[in-house]
Amino acid sequence: MAVSFTAAEQLARRHRFQWWETLPWIAALAAFFAFPNYLAFATQVLITILFALSLDLVLGYAGIVTLGHAAFFGAGAYTVGMLASHFGWTEPLSGLLAAALVAGVVGLVSGLVLLRTHGLALLMLTLCTMTLLEQAANMGAAWTGGFDGIPGLSFGKILGLFSFDVLYFRTQYLYVLTVLLICFLVVRMLVYSSFGQSLTGVRENLLRMHAVGAPVRIRLVIAYAISAALAGVAGGLFTQATGFVNLAVLGLERAAGVLIVLILGGYGRLYGAFVGAVAYMVLEHFLAKAYPTAWQLGIGVVLVLVALYARNGIPGLAETLRGKRRSAP
Amino acid sequence: MTASAAAPALETRGLCKNFGALEVSREVNFRLERGARHALIGPNGAGKTTFINLLTGVLLPSRGDIFLDGEDVTSLAQAKRVKRGIARTFQINQLFRGLTVLENVCIAVAERLGVGGSMLRPAGRHADVIAEAMRLIEMVRLGADAGRRVVELPYGRQRLVEIAIALGLNPRVLLLDEPAAGIPSAESHILLDAIATLPKDIAVLIIEHDMDLVFRFAERITVLVSGAIFAEGTPAEIAANGDVRSVYLGTALDG
Repeated sequence: MAVSFTAAEQLARRHRFQWWETLPWIAALAAFFAFPNYLAFATQVLITILFALSLDLVLGYAGIVTLGHAAFFGAGAYTVGMLASHFGWTEPLSGLLAAALVAGVVGLVSGLVLLRTHGLALLMLTLCTMTLLEQAANMGAAWTGGFDGIPGLSFGKILGLFSFDVLYFRTQYLYVLTVLLICFLVVRMLVYSSFGQSLTGVRENLLRMHAVGAPVRIRLVIAYAISAALAGVAGGLFTQATGFVNLAVLGLERAAGVLIVLILGGYGRLYGAFVGAVAYMVLEHFLAKAYPTAWQLGIGVVLVLVALYARNGIPGLAETLRGKRRSAP
Repeated sequence: MTASAAAPALETRGLCKNFGALEVSREVNFRLERGARHALIGPNGAGKTTFINLLTGVLLPSRGDIFLDGEDVTSLAQAKRVKRGIARTFQINQLFRGLTVLENVCIAVAERLGVGGSMLRPAGRHADVIAEAMRLIEMVRLGADAGRRVVELPYGRQRLVEIAIALGLNPRVLLLDEPAAGIPSAESHILLDAIATLPKDIAVLIIEHDMDLVFRFAERITVLVSGAIFAEGTPAEIAANGDVRSVYLGTALDG
């Protein structure tokens, strides 16, 4: 009886905050003071974390394999860019809300169609959705600026108080960090809820999930739309922080990049996005400096190592090593 | 309610299923009484699992009707039938292998209580879901394993998780598809114990090859051969039926 009591207790406590969960946020604040010259880069890392976090909700938790998640990042980025350039709508927070809304609707509508399929068909259809959006952005030059995108955007003060810092990115960094924290808390709430539990159920055993009477497809579509909205926020932040938007926000390179981030950091584990984004972008940054022509080789080698020795990403590697030591005689 | 009070828990009339030219269910007229302990036996390929899939709505019949408590559920989707009270276990375990036993059962209970889509409250705060799941886990005597991941359990105990999940749906009709399949005979008693303690108001239909288990459990036995009902009766009648012995029991007992 004592053991079963522990199991129920464990489940009842699982969602509580652990002390180590403050570490990434302390590190992020420390980075603000420690690397004042790197804040433009660090802001991009934070945006990538948010993007990867949104992908983790569908890929890591619900098991929806997608190659087209940049569709939603791009939808959010272009929403903010077009609102600012065509309507003079430069208020940042409402711009982010609009980005979330547009990307969420794109996710909802495409999800209703895509999530009827599984596996390879799903993978291809997510890719197609993104490519269609990319071509739409390319051809609708009057609105999107076509191939050149929309450069030279400037945005209003955040909450009417803090203006964007074009030279040093101090405001952008703290602004993005705050939005990331809020979005993270939303994702954290979702994955520990019954809804999140049922997504994990779909990932673990679809047949059984149907057999317990769960409305599987509705759950998946809702998760997909929420994830799309969060990716849209990440895209909106990108446009606001950098002051431009172009086709790169919708490309396969960005979609594949965020997938690599999640593989490096480990999917289905909330903080994987943080570890992966930092590892991938720092690696990319310094490899590109050291070997401007062959830096992708370095990323490739790291990916091969992770695939061979750390199936659960970099944090999983630590767990594997610990487990090995425990099972050793 | 008065009309359905006399109706059996589950009934099929003229149920047929073809896969192309292959007839896997032929004119099956079957009654599962309320609170019944009923076994469905038959040689391999007799269409037993197809019959379960028809009852649960995984497959739609080519012809015929299915009634739950006197109400026609033939065209209802699987999820709707679950809500009406039909639960099943699978011949091959279909569990959430990476999750704990408690989490497995909680998913089923949460769906039944209608909180499976709740987003704002942590799963750990649904104390009613956890308490009900623990009650069922204790009922199948898995209490000591509640916190272990399913993948770490021996196969026999995983079979019990299947039953606990099905019970989590609070069924009126429970369909057990070869619950003892894959369990070493030394462990099969834990399964028998679990089945023996199932609440009496649940009508249980069991598909099983283990004749020992069938004759100990069932109050009524239906023999299915080539998709059609070949014989039906009490265990004593079935055991004494020479035709049944020759088509099925003989080979099973000798083999």
